[in-house]
Amino acid sequence: MLNRLTDTLDFQAQALSLRSERQRLIASNIANADTPGYVARDMDFAQALRDATGAGQPAATLAVSQPGHLGGNAAAGGVSVSTLKYAAPSQTNLDSNSVDMDRERASFAENAVKYEATLRFIGANVKTTLSAITGQ
Amino acid sequence: MSMLNIFNVSGSAVSAQSQRLNVVASNLANVDTVAGPDGQAYKARQVTFQTQLMGATPNDPTSAGVVVSNVTEDQTAGRKVLDPKNPSADADGYVTYSNVNAVEEMVNMISASRSYQNNIEVMNTAKSLLLKTIQMGQ
Repeated sequence: MLNRLTDTLDFQAQALSLRSERQRLIASNIANADTPGYVARDMDFAQALRDATGAGQPAATLAVSQPGHLGGNAAAGGVSVSTLKYAAPSQTNLDSNSVDMDRERASFAENAVKYEATLRFIGANVKTTLSAITGQ
Repeated sequence: MSMLNIFNVSGSAVSAQSQRLNVVASNLANVDTVAGPDGQAYKARQVTFQTQLMGATPNDPTSAGVVVSNVTEDQTAGRKVLDPKNPSADADGYVTYSNVNAVEEMVNMISASRSYQNNIEVMNTAKSLLLKTIQMGQ
């Protein structure tokens, strides 16, 4: 029963932590816009969220072969490097830097809005749960 | 609070860009310098950026900051102007000025200032998101 209360919150929490991860990734790209040889990276958000919430294909897990082992999820502590993709450069650059500032700024704004949306979802969820508990 | 790292990443970029702006300022200030402190004509300087990983784990590619790896001097020959009356003129009457290209430096300055602004914008967004995160559930 209590599961049902917290399951949706769990999902939103995963989404929020992945959003903040992606925000940091894009911030790194913007910071390195003038670094020679830097390759822009981005995250396949849908895949990362599927991995983190355990939907679809099960994510790579640690083998539990001894009584003391913990079955850790690879995506639990943060995004695994395998879900990071290299952004395809839209224009070639003389210093082989593949950061496209227009795209990065757009992704950054988009990700910020979606982060805030997830925050609102969590807030509304908490409000709904609280009003259900008070029963008024 | 993995987003707190954005301030480290963007902060490193801002400080690298301000160093670049500093170098541009020195170059522009010395456009017409005939001789530097060593008696030679001033040589234009250029900063080189390098990625520095700043994540909690050593190989975390998601927080990549910037450092200025080195400052190089442009070794091309300086601008020569025929001015036999100048006290710095050589035996043939030519004065060697610095090799700073003012147009290049202006372009460099605009690029540095735009990158600086971009990173400040990133920090502002991260700050407002974090402030909203603190108020989550209220």
